[in-house]
Amino acid sequence: MQNGAQIEYDYSIAKAFTFATILFGIIGMLVGVILAFQMAFPELNNLAGEYGTFSRLRPLHTNGVAFGFTLSGVFATWYYIGQRVLKVSLKESPFLMAIAKLHFVLYFITILLAVVTLLMGITTSKEYAELEWPIDILITVWWVLWGIGIFGLIGIRRERTLYISIWYFIASFLAVAMLHLFNSMAIPTGLLTGYGDWYHSVSMYAGSNDALVEWWYGHNAVGFVFTVPIIAMIYYFLPKESGQNVYSYKLSILAFWGTLFVYLWAGGHHLIYATVPDWMQTMGSVMSVILILPSWGSAINMLLTMKGEWQQLQSNTLIKFMILASTFYMLSTIEGPIQSIKSVNAIAHFTDWIPGHVHDGTLGWVVFMIMAALFHMAPRMYKRELYSKSLMDTQFWLQTTAIVLYFTSMWIAGITQGMMWRAYDEYGSLVYSFIDTVTVLQPYYTIRAVGGLMYLIGFFMFAYNMYKTATCGRVLDKEPTNATPVAA
Amino acid sequence: MFHWFEQRPFFFAVLVFIFISFAGIIEIIPDFAKQARPTVGTKPYSILELTGRHVYIKDSCNACHSQMIRPFKSETDRYGMYSLSGEYAYDRPFLWGSKRTGPDLMRVGNYRTTDWHENHMMDPASVVPGSIMPAYPHHFTNLADVETAYGEALAVKNVFNTPYDVDLNGDGKFDVPLGTFEEASALALQEAKAIAADMKNQAVKDAVANGKIPEIVALIAYMNSLK
Repeated sequence: MQNGAQIEYDYSIAKAFTFATILFGIIGMLVGVILAFQMAFPELNNLAGEYGTFSRLRPLHTNGVAFGFTLSGVFATWYYIGQRVLKVSLKESPFLMAIAKLHFVLYFITILLAVVTLLMGITTSKEYAELEWPIDILITVWWVLWGIGIFGLIGIRRERTLYISIWYFIASFLAVAMLHLFNSMAIPTGLLTGYGDWYHSVSMYAGSNDALVEWWYGHNAVGFVFTVPIIAMIYYFLPKESGQNVYSYKLSILAFWGTLFVYLWAGGHHLIYATVPDWMQTMGSVMSVILILPSWGSAINMLLTMKGEWQQLQSNTLIKFMILASTFYMLSTIEGPIQSIKSVNAIAHFTDWIPGHVHDGTLGWVVFMIMAALFHMAPRMYKRELYSKSLMDTQFWLQTTAIVLYFTSMWIAGITQGMMWRAYDEYGSLVYSFIDTVTVLQPYYTIRAVGGLMYLIGFFMFAYNMYKTATCGRVLDKEPTNATPVAA
Repeated sequence: MFHWFEQRPFFFAVLVFIFISFAGIIEIIPDFAKQARPTVGTKPYSILELTGRHVYIKDSCNACHSQMIRPFKSETDRYGMYSLSGEYAYDRPFLWGSKRTGPDLMRVGNYRTTDWHENHMMDPASVVPGSIMPAYPHHFTNLADVETAYGEALAVKNVFNTPYDVDLNGDGKFDVPLGTFEEASALALQEAKAIAADMKNQAVKDAVANGKIPEIVALIAYMNSLK
């Protein structure tokens, strides 16, 4: 509001989701580190009977970090950014406030149910859609609640034009809704026939069709959980933290609509040389390469936002987090298209290069951006100064080193394995038996595990810093200054 | 033009939805019917095999093993004939996997035996020195859930016309009989006995003799069916 009257924003829901982000982040990443050590030292599989095997922990890790940590971060930032750029407080609508609370409670219950059922081995086996239908329905309920929250808040907004971050939140909401609904279609066999577990279901699609739907979902669930809402964050927090205007409106438009149109085609790159029609594989490959344009569009738009203000990188650790995040976004979105080229995919597919790619994107881009966002929000939500800037700096360098260890070891491991699988000797026989291509990776698995552990330690530093900020940071009598966008 | 949309949330959301649904409409819908045809000789899983498939899924074997042989010489030399779409016609869900921490299993039934699997699941490194696969001793004690598999088979038979209780090759017999739950359980036990006869673990043999089916037996039935 231009005339000085401050809106009193309500951060209770944002705080609740911030707590969930940190909690699920610790659980998800801890499980990830255990998995990494299990690959280097397989004896570690036997520590907790069937519940401690790689088998049960792997889906727990992916679900924990994607839908526990990342989604919490997305919701935390939505309940912060939404009010501020729409210029309306949640408090003004008791209805939206109630919806938001219900959203949090149901979401939290869902994640706890996910942890329990996955440990028990109740899974559909579809990657990133492992949860069985009762939980899928629960997800649908709170996803719709979130949608009501988004459009409800938009409905009572004071700022007529939707800020870029809102575009991305809307896209994320709609796309994930569509993907989740179609991919999770299943027949509950127990209910239908009266035989067997009531929660068991069988996929509506079979074989190649199932794979096609799953990777259309799988790739874009990544896109619309790990990319689109994270871009929403950086479009808000980078200009806000640096006091700079977003570099280019036109580039924002190109990147936004381009991302939406092209992203959904790229799922086919998970199925190259598989038994889906050739033209789809080719489309997946081509569209993945085209996807560089909108992806780099967003990233360049962010980097150029810092034009003339690069000295802030030295003085402000949060800027450092965000700039490194955009840089990793660029790395990841050039790496993905390279892996989608058919001849490269022939080597890269099924190898450790793929988890390597996933993790430079998630550790470098997603987690860094979410942590930076929460660091920016903390003094404003808790009305206290950040507890320790030097701890933040130490965390930054520790985690940056960790990411480098992670992806370099996985690049080497992946390409080594891919090349060994296809090595022939002069008599035309395969040179290596499969186990040779496993044992050779042991040193790289160890390096990766150490990198993962360092990253986890960094995350504990983050958690500690946030906790201390919320409880014993110096009390601020007014909000820290900031400038664009839409000064609030 | 875009600025107009940015002030009208409803139309903005509609435009977003058109952009994101475009690919799905063109890519996924037209090819559905064509893909679902089985190759000649492809049959649905027997109840015991399907039970084993559930064990495979329960312990996320697909997290480390693919079931997709790509059309490269290095893969056909290692794993056998490359995969055909029709071979997956009755796979709900598909289990192609996305990572080969261990080898492909699409045709593992062609080159591994019941005996090999039994030793391997109990202690992988005893069969494959250097293996990083976890051991699965709990498969030898947990009982397999035949009833859930029966429920699934009955559901796909009724809903998707999966050919259970159908004479596919014209020899006058059902290729994959299903029948009532009692008939199906009896048949599963009969198959389980054939597998247990090739096994050494006394506890498993005793369980099968007493009419119980440990997970390992069902899993091996499934492994042996992958050809």
